[in-house]
Amino acid sequence: MTTVETAVGTSKTMVLNMGPQHPSTHGVLRVLLELDGENVVTAVPDLGYLHTGIEKSCEDKTYSQAITLTDRMDYLNPLGNNLVYCLAVEKLLGLEIPKRAQYIRVMMVELQRISSHLVWLGTHALDMGAMSVMLYCFREREEILKIFERFAGQRMMTSYIRIGGLALDPPAGWREQVKRFLDMMPARIDEYEELLTNNRIWHGRLKDVGYLPAETLIALSTTGPGLRAAGVAFDNRKAFPYSSYEEFEFSVPTRTESDCFARYLVRVQEMRESLKIVRQAMDKITDQGPIKAEAPGIVPPQREKMKTEMEALIYHFKIFTEGFSPPPGEVYVPTESPRGELGCFIASDGSPKPLRVHFRGPSFVNLQALPLMVKGQLIADTVASIGTIDIVLGEVDR
Amino acid sequence: MPQLANANASVVIDRLRAWKAESVSQVIEYRGETTIVVPHNLLLATAEQCKQDPELNFNQLSDATCVDRFPNEPRFELNYQLLSIPRLARIRLRTSVSGQQPVIDSLEPVWPGANWMEREIFDLFGIRFEGHSDLRRILLPDEFEGAPLRRDFPVEGKR
Repeated sequence: MTTVETAVGTSKTMVLNMGPQHPSTHGVLRVLLELDGENVVTAVPDLGYLHTGIEKSCEDKTYSQAITLTDRMDYLNPLGNNLVYCLAVEKLLGLEIPKRAQYIRVMMVELQRISSHLVWLGTHALDMGAMSVMLYCFREREEILKIFERFAGQRMMTSYIRIGGLALDPPAGWREQVKRFLDMMPARIDEYEELLTNNRIWHGRLKDVGYLPAETLIALSTTGPGLRAAGVAFDNRKAFPYSSYEEFEFSVPTRTESDCFARYLVRVQEMRESLKIVRQAMDKITDQGPIKAEAPGIVPPQREKMKTEMEALIYHFKIFTEGFSPPPGEVYVPTESPRGELGCFIASDGSPKPLRVHFRGPSFVNLQALPLMVKGQLIADTVASIGTIDIVLGEVDR
Repeated sequence: MPQLANANASVVIDRLRAWKAESVSQVIEYRGETTIVVPHNLLLATAEQCKQDPELNFNQLSDATCVDRFPNEPRFELNYQLLSIPRLARIRLRTSVSGQQPVIDSLEPVWPGANWMEREIFDLFGIRFEGHSDLRRILLPDEFEGAPLRRDFPVEGKR
């Protein structure tokens, strides 16, 4: 059990246990706060309440079986997790993915980014006492989840992105549905901004709270909106493009204040940029075309072929009994999740099961900055700081 | 030296060789990613050099993780993913750690962000980091016995 030593010999400080059931810790984060009156002297995060050993489980499954596990890490970004894992396995295999599948992947991941930011905005506003924003945000998120349900059959644990492509062809009528969402959303974002951006209480709770200079954030390995709010325009989609992101036009929003308010503004702006990307992706996605790579032995064959071709049946049997074996080697694939750099490291030893799968979760790494962020601040500001780091405990603990 | 797909990687290797020839004991190219294998005793100095050299300027440690090659010896491989935000470049440093004496220098003095990553490796692989400021278990409870991500630890857990 993690404990905190109080300053010896003085009875001025007390230790307060925040979480793991505290509603503002977004899950099961426990923070031990040493307090001097209402000011935080030290903060020690205690993790692991949601540790499920996903990395160990991956070692016991074939490469394709592990996809369903990745959904359950960062449960606000399941498609992004599918994507990073599949990109890493595809890199191990040296597999080329059809453009159409790449664009659909981009569209889905950007919708996921909007939905993740919506949950962040809603819950953060709720923490700060603005309840109506939460209801609005979840209303719009519902539309995104409906799109996912049409595409993948699942609202949250989609497992839609598979090794070599996608699970299913886009459903009939998807264009109209996505277009309806795109037409509706900009006005809705304006609505949130109207409620919050010039709101005096919102300013009071967020401005100059949780400040850290850019150098400190870089040294602490922080990435994502937290780093961009400190003026560092680093985004893996631009710096190390994957899945054809280099073909899309979008900007990387930054601020320089590096406080909670700046992080809020960056995220709102990112939603608008994601809408742009989705719009471009819709134009790029053709109505007809392959959604899976031509890779017998890796990508399961079509049902039709299995009934007419013997090779297809053999491949199908082999994929689902023993799996496929990438050549020995290691890859690390970085992507930009809504929270920062989501990386996947896979080591293969040439067998059908990975030797090691490691996920570099942005929530886990970004949370390291919390003790410095809240030091000397009020206990109420701790809630704001935890909120704007935007952690998902499923990913922190994995 | 083989032709490297990654122009950045050859710069890094040249700069490190010019600084200290023995710091690069092997270069591995795989799928366009370059791994520089560093001797166990030179890890901290090489990491420091990668950060301080203005032409390399790897100012962020993206990730640190371990691979267990049990039953081979040395069984552990530590992989550090370095990122240079100003140069938009990445490189991987690797070093081996023996199973009999799983101890290595901590990189926390170079990149403070290594703190939790090394605690995670300590927690799940049982590798100790010399010079780490706060080496405690991070994900598992303190009374947990063993290192679950080692290959000889059963997937179902120990009863």
